[in-house]
Amino acid sequence: MLIRHLSPLVQLAISAGLLAANLTAQETIKIGEFASLTGKEATFGQTVHKGTVLAIEEANAAGGVLGRKLELITEDNQSKPGVSATVVKKLISRDKVVALLGELTSGRTLEAAPIAQAARIPLVSPGATAVEVTARGDYIFRVCFIDEFQGNVMAKFSLETLKVRRVAILSSVSSAQSVGLAKFFRERFTAGGGTIALEQKYGDGDKDFRAQLTAIKAAGVEALFVPGYYTEAALISKQARELGLDMPLLGIDGWESSQLIALGGAAVEGAFFSTHYSAENQSPGVLAFNERFRARWGEDSNALSALAYDAAMVLIDALKRAGTTDGPKLRDALAVTKDFAGATGRITFDARRDPTKSAVVLTVKNGRFTFVQAVQP
Amino acid sequence: MSEFLQQLLNGLSLGAIYALIALGYTMVYGVLRFINFAHADVFMVGAFIGYYMGKLVPENTIWGGLVVLLVAMIGCALLGMLIERLAYRPLRGAATLNVLITAIGVSLLLQYSGQVFFGATPRTFPAVFPSVNFALGNLVISSNQVVVIVVTALLMVGLQLIVYRTRIGTAMRAVSLNPKAAQLVGINNDIVISFTFGLGSALAAAGGILYALNYPSIDPLMGVMPGLKAFVAAVLGGIGNIPGAALGGLLLGIVETFVNGSQWSTYKDAIAFAILIIILLFRPAGLLGKVSAEKV
Repeated sequence: MLIRHLSPLVQLAISAGLLAANLTAQETIKIGEFASLTGKEATFGQTVHKGTVLAIEEANAAGGVLGRKLELITEDNQSKPGVSATVVKKLISRDKVVALLGELTSGRTLEAAPIAQAARIPLVSPGATAVEVTARGDYIFRVCFIDEFQGNVMAKFSLETLKVRRVAILSSVSSAQSVGLAKFFRERFTAGGGTIALEQKYGDGDKDFRAQLTAIKAAGVEALFVPGYYTEAALISKQARELGLDMPLLGIDGWESSQLIALGGAAVEGAFFSTHYSAENQSPGVLAFNERFRARWGEDSNALSALAYDAAMVLIDALKRAGTTDGPKLRDALAVTKDFAGATGRITFDARRDPTKSAVVLTVKNGRFTFVQAVQP
Repeated sequence: MSEFLQQLLNGLSLGAIYALIALGYTMVYGVLRFINFAHADVFMVGAFIGYYMGKLVPENTIWGGLVVLLVAMIGCALLGMLIERLAYRPLRGAATLNVLITAIGVSLLLQYSGQVFFGATPRTFPAVFPSVNFALGNLVISSNQVVVIVVTALLMVGLQLIVYRTRIGTAMRAVSLNPKAAQLVGINNDIVISFTFGLGSALAAAGGILYALNYPSIDPLMGVMPGLKAFVAAVLGGIGNIPGAALGGLLLGIVETFVNGSQWSTYKDAIAFAILIIILLFRPAGLLGKVSAEKV
C-alpha cells in the first residue's frame, strides 16, 4: 500500500537496499569457535585460536568456500564449567553458525556436544581426547587421537623407554579426560608387568597437593603420572620437588603450555609428556605448516595450534565437498573424510568419527619442549 | 612415622593460612555481629598487591619480602576501611540481612573487577622470600612453611595484645558489648569500627601473601575456596573468639591434609566438612565459643 504512493525513484532505492541486504546475508559462511581465551586454561584457547584463524585466513585468501568468504565468530568460555553451553547456544541461535570448532578440553566439549547434536550443527573438536566425546552423537567429530591410545603411549613409554615398574597416579576427579586416562594408563601398565603402587586424586582448582604427594613419597615409586592440565601440573611438580620427590614426572597433552614452564620452572625440567605434534618433527608437512604459522604469528606452532588448524581445514574440506552449508549434508560430508593431509598427520574418520593418529613424546629441556620420540598406533 | 609427621606439618602450614583469614572474619563479627564476606577477596587483592610489588623489590631477600608484606598489608587495610566507609557504614543500624547481602555484593564486585583489572589468567607469584628446604631425616621442611606458621603465630599474639592490652582494643570490646553505651562513655564508634576493618584486612593481606608464597599461582577468584574454609574455621572455633579462629583453622587444615593423603582423597572436602558438622552438633557455639543465654 504504502510503497505504491512513493515515487519510483524511492521504490528503486528500497529494492536496491533489499537486494544489497540479501547479498550481505549471502556473503559469508559463519563458523563458530568456542575456546578458553581467558581463565585457568587461557593459553589453551589463545593458542587454538591462532591455528583456527590461520586456517580461515588461508581459505579466504584462496577465494573462500562455495564462492563465499568464511567468517569466524569466536566466543570465550573463560575456562569455566557451564559457560561453553551458554556461548554455543548463542552461536547457534543468534549468530546462525553452520558449524562449530572447539573445544580443546574434553569436559567443555562434552558440555557443547548435546546442544550441537540437537541443533544438527556439526562440531569438530581439535583436542577432546576423552573416549566418550564422539559417542554423544553423530554430529560430533574430533581430529585428535583418543585417550585410550594416549594412556597406552605413556604406559608403554614408562615400561620400555624409562624402564620403571612401580608408578603412582595423581589424577583430577573433576576432569573427564583425567579420569579416563588414569584408567587406561593403569590397565596398560599393569598388563605390561608394572605395578600402580598408589592412586591419589585432586580437584581442578586445588592448590595444595602436599598431602597426596607425601603419601606418594611414602609409597616409594619410580615415576609419577599426572594426567591433568598445566596449572595444576606445574604446582604438583613444584611441591613434589620441594618434598624431595626426585623421580621422573609423566604428563599428557594438557601439559603443553608455556605457562607450565613459567610456573613450574626448574621443577618441570626433565618431565615427559605425550602430545599430538611437535614442531621439531622433520616431516615435510610439519615443516611447511610451521613456516606458514611462523609467518603469521611470529612464533612456532605447537600441538594445540596444529590441531585447531586441522579441525578447521577438515571442516572447510567437507564444506567444499558438501557444496552446501546445510547441517545434515555437511555432517555426511565430514563423516566420509578420508586421507585428509593435515599438519598433525593424515585424517580418516572411522565409524565412531575418530581418526587414528600417531603421538609424540616431549620432554622439558632447558625450559623448552624437546622432541623425544614418535609413537605409532 | 615420618609420613605422619610430614602430613602434620603440611596440615599445620595449610591450617595456619586458614587461621590467618579466619581471624579477620572473627574480629569483624566480634565487633559488628556480621560476616564480612568480602574478606576473602581482600585476601586476593593482598596477593595481587604482593605480585606487583614483588617486581619492584629484589627477589629472594628477607627485607624485600618484608617490604612486600608491609605494603600489601597497608594497601589492604586502606581498602578494608574504604569498603566499610562506602558499603557498610550507610547501612549501620539496618537489618543484619541487608548488610550480609551487601557484603556478598562487595565480594562479587571485587572478584569481577579483579578479572577486569588483573585479567582472568592465573599469574605466577614471584619468590619474594628466600626459599630453602631443610631435611630432618625423611622429613622435608620448606622455609615457606616455617614462615607461614611463624608469621601467623606472631600476628595472632599481636592481635591478642591489641585487643586486650591497648586503649583501642578496650574500645573495640566496648563497642562489641554495647555500641550505644560505648558512645555514651565517649567512644567514637566510627573510628573503632574503621580500625577493626583496617586491622582485619591487613591480616587478610598477610594471609594472601603467605598463601601465594606456598601456592604461587594467583588469580582473581583465588579467595573463594580459602575464604569459605576460613569462615568455617572461624565458626568451628567459636566465631568472635580469637584463639578459637586459630584453633579452628589449624584443625581444618590438619583434617583436610590427612584425608587428602589417604585413599579417600576423592572425598576430601566431604569428609573434612562432615567432621566439622559432627563437632558443631556437640558444641553448637564452636570449640571455644561461649553459649550465651539471650535475655528477654
